[in-house]
Amino acid sequence: MTVVHTLPPAPDVGGPAEPLLKVEGLTKHFPVRGTGFFAPKLVARAVDGITFSIAKGETLGVVGESGCGKSTTARLLMRLIEPDSGSMIFDGELVGGELSLRDLRRRMQMVFQDSYASLNPRLTIADSLAFAPVVHGIPHGEAMAAAADLLEQVGLDSATVLGRYPHQLSGGQRQRINIARALALHPRLVILDEAVSALDKSVEAQVLNLLVDLKRSFDLTYIFISHDLNVVHYIADRAMVMYLGKIVELGPVDRIYAAPAHPYTRALFSARLSSDPERRTVAVAIEGDPPNPINPPSGCRFRTRCPMAAEVCAAHEPAAIDLGFGHSVACHLHDPASGHAEARAHV
Amino acid sequence: MDTTALPRIPPDQVKVSRSPGYWATVGRRILADRVTLVCLVLLATIALAAVFADVLAPLDPLKTSMAKRLRPIGTPGFPLGTDELGRDILSRLLYGGRMSLLMGSWPVANALVIGGTLGIVAGFFGGRLNMVIMRTVDVFYAFPSVLLAVAISGALGSGMKNAIVALTIVFVPPLVRIAETVTTQVRNLDFVEAARASGAGSPTIIRVHLLPNVMGAIVVYASGLFSVSIILASGLSFLGLGVEPPQAEWGLMLNTLRQAIYVQPWVAILPGMMIFVTSICCNLASDGLRAAMEIKQ
Amino acid sequence: MSDPTPLLSVTGLNVAFQTPRGTAQAVNGIDFTLARGEVLCLLGESGSGKSVTLRALMRLLPEQRSRISGRVTIAGEDLYGLPERRVEDLRGKVVSMVFQEPMLALDPVYTIGAQIAETIVRHERVSKAEAGRRALELLEKVQIPSAKRRLEAYPHEMSGGMRQRAMIALALACNPAILLADEPTTALDATVQMQVLLLLRRLQAETGMAVIMVTHDIGVAAETADRVAVMYAGRIVEQGTAAQVLKTPQHPYATGLFASTVHAGLKDRRLDAIPGAPPDLTALPPGCAFAPRCARRREACDVGQPPKIRMADAREVLCVDAVAAG
Repeated sequence: MTVVHTLPPAPDVGGPAEPLLKVEGLTKHFPVRGTGFFAPKLVARAVDGITFSIAKGETLGVVGESGCGKSTTARLLMRLIEPDSGSMIFDGELVGGELSLRDLRRRMQMVFQDSYASLNPRLTIADSLAFAPVVHGIPHGEAMAAAADLLEQVGLDSATVLGRYPHQLSGGQRQRINIARALALHPRLVILDEAVSALDKSVEAQVLNLLVDLKRSFDLTYIFISHDLNVVHYIADRAMVMYLGKIVELGPVDRIYAAPAHPYTRALFSARLSSDPERRTVAVAIEGDPPNPINPPSGCRFRTRCPMAAEVCAAHEPAAIDLGFGHSVACHLHDPASGHAEARAHV
Repeated sequence: MDTTALPRIPPDQVKVSRSPGYWATVGRRILADRVTLVCLVLLATIALAAVFADVLAPLDPLKTSMAKRLRPIGTPGFPLGTDELGRDILSRLLYGGRMSLLMGSWPVANALVIGGTLGIVAGFFGGRLNMVIMRTVDVFYAFPSVLLAVAISGALGSGMKNAIVALTIVFVPPLVRIAETVTTQVRNLDFVEAARASGAGSPTIIRVHLLPNVMGAIVVYASGLFSVSIILASGLSFLGLGVEPPQAEWGLMLNTLRQAIYVQPWVAILPGMMIFVTSICCNLASDGLRAAMEIKQ
Repeated sequence: MSDPTPLLSVTGLNVAFQTPRGTAQAVNGIDFTLARGEVLCLLGESGSGKSVTLRALMRLLPEQRSRISGRVTIAGEDLYGLPERRVEDLRGKVVSMVFQEPMLALDPVYTIGAQIAETIVRHERVSKAEAGRRALELLEKVQIPSAKRRLEAYPHEMSGGMRQRAMIALALACNPAILLADEPTTALDATVQMQVLLLLRRLQAETGMAVIMVTHDIGVAAETADRVAVMYAGRIVEQGTAAQVLKTPQHPYATGLFASTVHAGLKDRRLDAIPGAPPDLTALPPGCAFAPRCARRREACDVGQPPKIRMADAREVLCVDAVAAG
């Protein structure tokens, strides 16, 4: 058998105990032009000081509504946008320090939601898949061979697909190709930004199965961003709930889904649609739309929609409170010292 | 992880059977579009006639004859009549086509290179660079294009070279704008982000991902300017700022035949007809090209 | 529901579009009826023909490019036999529509109040002041906070959820008998989606209007529908009460679709995905369009169209395997 010299998988530098990615205080504020000539300059606090880490081989699900900053977080992690502040440590190496951006992008890849817009319409699938390896110095012929191989790995027939253009394929096929492209560099971490959201349900299930298989065969770690709570429950080990640029709750999926601690998480879960016509939802959990990240509420950002809001929620921003088992929540209700009348301590 | 354990396909066994490529599709669409096809054929005929003017022209376009002034169409020896100095109109139209087409294409080609580059740079890098380029371009928009062409030509003095320079300056701003707009649109598409995320640098991204996706729109727009350029060049010649007599050029011919409009209206109208036919063909062909080059999902 | 003639009935509806690649058979002979006060969900994936069907019910399809046959009767009138003027009277007054993207469906240069008032004036010839008063009432009915102020708002000044409420208010302006809703909550956030679905359910109960809801989301159907029609490749493959279709689906596509929908309890198990992809509408097979993806495919499936079988519980299934009523 001919050995193909594709890029080798990135080495495990820090050992199994070292988190694959540690993010500390990541922040991005976008300047927004106000309406009117003399309007003051506004700032959208898209991502506001988020701290989390992800272990090797796990899947971290990120959930939240529009404007919560989940997609901005993905782009900050990929360094497609420069963060205002905060640090990232990838497998023990400081990004921008010991680890260059170019090497980071070898180790971390991303799949976007829009399968069509994320492929160059004027390149054949073969050229799209070979692009990144060629950029990283793999000879063109070998990159092509690796492309054919990758297509088979994502369940497509390379002979028919390689020479095609994106518009000649279905949405499901295109998303498989986007996944193959992300894998072409043998990354260790793949960010899936609403990667299955635009697919039909029957195709979504195929792609989810594929993602599970690929994770095993390529030894991957996933950050899975989605608005679909059922899908996150299915695929993720831990879940991170975001609201207006902040992490409100973070912990193992089983614990969060069994006993959501933050009022927002509870509201989000109770807004899930029933699948039984005889047991319909009878009341909404929260009213109103998510507020704008421009000029977010003071203190706890959820307080304007929170049924449990008290004075302390406007005065102080809640810090993350450890509930044990790696489950943490940013809410005064769980901190007896906060001064919230209904606060209870957790054992 | 041991990647060699994965089933590998040897490089020599990878066959990429290209499906009917993009340009094949564009070609098929143009062949199916009768209007565009007719326009392209007409344009090609006019261009070929101009190129082979010295072979095709029956007489010397500069040879005057006081005795044979302003003959009508169909005069033996002068199929399209003669002008006010007795020169053969057919020969002058053929030679004039050379000048006119040159004046149509040169300024546009120059502006395409200069304006296209500036626009793509402004669009791709954005920020301060974008602001400097775009605000400078805006200054030119303060003047109507005809006025601008006349003013620059007037300042530089008459002559073909100066007319080309003047027209180039007129066409750069709209091309910068169109190139900047398309580039900004494409730059924000996910596949450009994906390319950045794969570690590629700006020159590679511009070459592989940006240019192929913006050039179509820019070239189609420029091909629409071709007719404008012919008309403006004719206008400059008409005012005595472009090609100088006794050289044949359609705009100049129209100017000199102006007084003959009451004596031989059909002869006098011929150069105008040529300008009209060429520019309308250009516009229709450019529209057809735009439609054929669209990528449909 | 004592009136025996249905409010809307569709028989043998076919819609085909001319495309550069050939004729796309978007809708292929569907029949259904809608009773007064009933909520029917057309459930299907992209390309199943559900949105095309909805547009056909308002005669909104481009006449040059589409070929439509079959019969659509609304309140006793043959929709495709009416002159265009009469159809315009029907739209908004008898049948009205809510779209997926209110930002595209609302006119950006008029205020919400002006758009609603204009619709009322056109259909009911009341004074402007009266129309304005009705517009305010409607905004209050769809629970837009500080409705009076919102009358003067332009669509872009509202949030997504508020815009969709305004769109619903506009659709309800002339008390239509039938509301057509095309994925009305798909573009909304989860918490807002639930608010809008509950609002639609409440308005339906209050006004007694009939609703046809097009959706790809089983949850939306479960939350709203009295009856569900599952569509695949332009045909209704299964039609029955919501409980029948959603709890004990019979057609292999319906069962496959529900099995492949991710829900709690599937964790760490492999999803039962339907293999393959939906068929190309320009080249539909002569037999059952789902057969190539079906686990229960038999020879009979590829020969001709599967029969429409009425089962013992009165549901209709388009499959050779379905068991007819006794």
